[in-house]
Amino acid sequence: MLYLTSSISRLGAALALGGTLLLTACGGNQEGGSDLTGSIQIDGSSTVYPITEAVAEEFRAEAPKVRVTVGVSGSGGGFKKFSRGEIDITNASRSIKESEAAVAKENSITYLELPVAFDGLTVVVHPENDWVKDITVAELKKMWEPAAQGKIKKWNQIRPEWPDKEIHLYGAGVESGTYDYFTEAIVGESHASRGDYTASEDDNVLVQGVSTDPLALGFFGYAYYEENKAKLKAIPVDDQNEENGKGAIMPSIETVKDGTYAPLSRPLFIYVNSKAVARPEVVEFVNFYLDNAGALSEEVGYISMPDEQYEAQKKKFQEFAAGTPVAAAQQ
Amino acid sequence: MTNSEKNRLKDKAFQVFGVFCTFIGLVVLAIFLIDILIEGFTRIDWEFLTNLPSRRASRAGILTAWVGTFWILILTSVIAFPLGISAGVYLEEYSKKNRLNSFLEVNIANLAGVPSIIYGLLGLEIFARVMGLGGSLLAGALTLSLLVLPIIIVTTREAIKAVPRSIRDASYALGASKWQTTWNQVLPASFGGILTGIILALSRAVGEAAPLIVIGALAYVPFVPTSPTDEFTVLPIQIFNWTSRPQADFLVNAAAAIIILLLITFILNGIAVYLRNKWQNKVKW
Repeated sequence: MLYLTSSISRLGAALALGGTLLLTACGGNQEGGSDLTGSIQIDGSSTVYPITEAVAEEFRAEAPKVRVTVGVSGSGGGFKKFSRGEIDITNASRSIKESEAAVAKENSITYLELPVAFDGLTVVVHPENDWVKDITVAELKKMWEPAAQGKIKKWNQIRPEWPDKEIHLYGAGVESGTYDYFTEAIVGESHASRGDYTASEDDNVLVQGVSTDPLALGFFGYAYYEENKAKLKAIPVDDQNEENGKGAIMPSIETVKDGTYAPLSRPLFIYVNSKAVARPEVVEFVNFYLDNAGALSEEVGYISMPDEQYEAQKKKFQEFAAGTPVAAAQQ
Repeated sequence: MTNSEKNRLKDKAFQVFGVFCTFIGLVVLAIFLIDILIEGFTRIDWEFLTNLPSRRASRAGILTAWVGTFWILILTSVIAFPLGISAGVYLEEYSKKNRLNSFLEVNIANLAGVPSIIYGLLGLEIFARVMGLGGSLLAGALTLSLLVLPIIIVTTREAIKAVPRSIRDASYALGASKWQTTWNQVLPASFGGILTGIILALSRAVGEAAPLIVIGALAYVPFVPTSPTDEFTVLPIQIFNWTSRPQADFLVNAAAAIIILLLITFILNGIAVYLRNKWQNKVKW
């Protein structure tokens, strides 16, 4: 697949995308895409939204009579609606929680989780910060865990050779899937962290905060770092596990894609309702999504999965759409 | 220093302080407006107004968003104004001073202070789910109507209160019924004040994103809504969505959309001010 270039250069991605679309358009679809009608309702994570928006935008050329709408009520809000059967597909920047899965079960809704792209949560400091060269997961845990509240206040409490200066933490707001993922990966327990840090659901606010505060440390999605490289300094993270790359690893498209940037590279998902896949337009849309998610996710600032993973997801989805119990029992 | 000199000094000091207070608000607003204008003005062109949403900032437009905003404003006006004005007239002209009515009055005043997200949750449960309207324009307009009702009721009452007692007495003296007095004398005389309330209410409704997101208003809508049961998006949601994107080009789009939103607000206010002045010139006692 030529279109999965590792470069995220806009032009490259755009050209490649054009190529893909041409190919799919010429290849035609089993269903005769353009005759499809109906509507597809999508809601959920605002992190995944740009990818789904891009797919929906391109899908309009494929099936102009299908009305695809996308909302942004957040991973949690999306799952709430999804588990009541109010929407066909939900965007999620974390996996479904047990409590949410229980509600879905109550309403006898079965579903399939499909990863569509990666994001690398990037740990950043102010560019003038010359003491932090790398950081371990254990050190991140030490500063973010609930027990750190009110106690870990200075840089030298984390690593003795760091200066005796205050540390200012910036992170995702507790309602976001980003927060859930970060706490799960770093603290070891989802939704558990200290409360005395500057929190915002809007990553641009965090960028602003870290880039104007020389004593800051924060985390947010890779795209926000990539767009603001000049005012931020990314920190390589060491998970002290030699099996997936030795030492501290810098987030980049390559390290996120090959899984060595662990544990902070996270998958982004869509969840598909099994009842919705009875409708041909939904099947067509999800197939189209998996065919184009690679190129489109890079274009909007995320990192694509390896080709074979998209193929595997597609196969999984086709089994699910055909009603194979193995797939339907997923999750 | 004599006492009168001291008082004059105090007077002067307060005057300076007052000017300072007035300017703080204006200067901050001016800085914000200039900043938004510089950033967004050049982005506004015909295509921006007529394009559908897109992942490419340069191709993304606000057609569905501004049409949605207009729909919401019209529907909210149609629902909220008759309700709010009628309630205001009832409370001021008809209701007797009893415990039930004072209970109602206190609660309406309190409702004006309830955060908008609460109205969103209420709208989600009642309009979107129980009434089965889903994330439609109608559900959104009903939710915003609830949100602005207290404002309309309170300002309607204030406007009616300002009509002199003697006007009513004169009307009654000529044998007019209560309804005739209210309809022919009190309402026309207070209409200027009521319009002020309507301006405030609409300006509040036009900027709301949170309650609409809660009831299920969308961010990506690739079609123009054609009936009140259609799904929709509004400008504030589009702005909110764009400001949280990593790419700087989307921030420019957001600034441009803010200018359009401000323009809509200014036009609405302009119409209302014009109507109010026209009306007030008519009323002469």
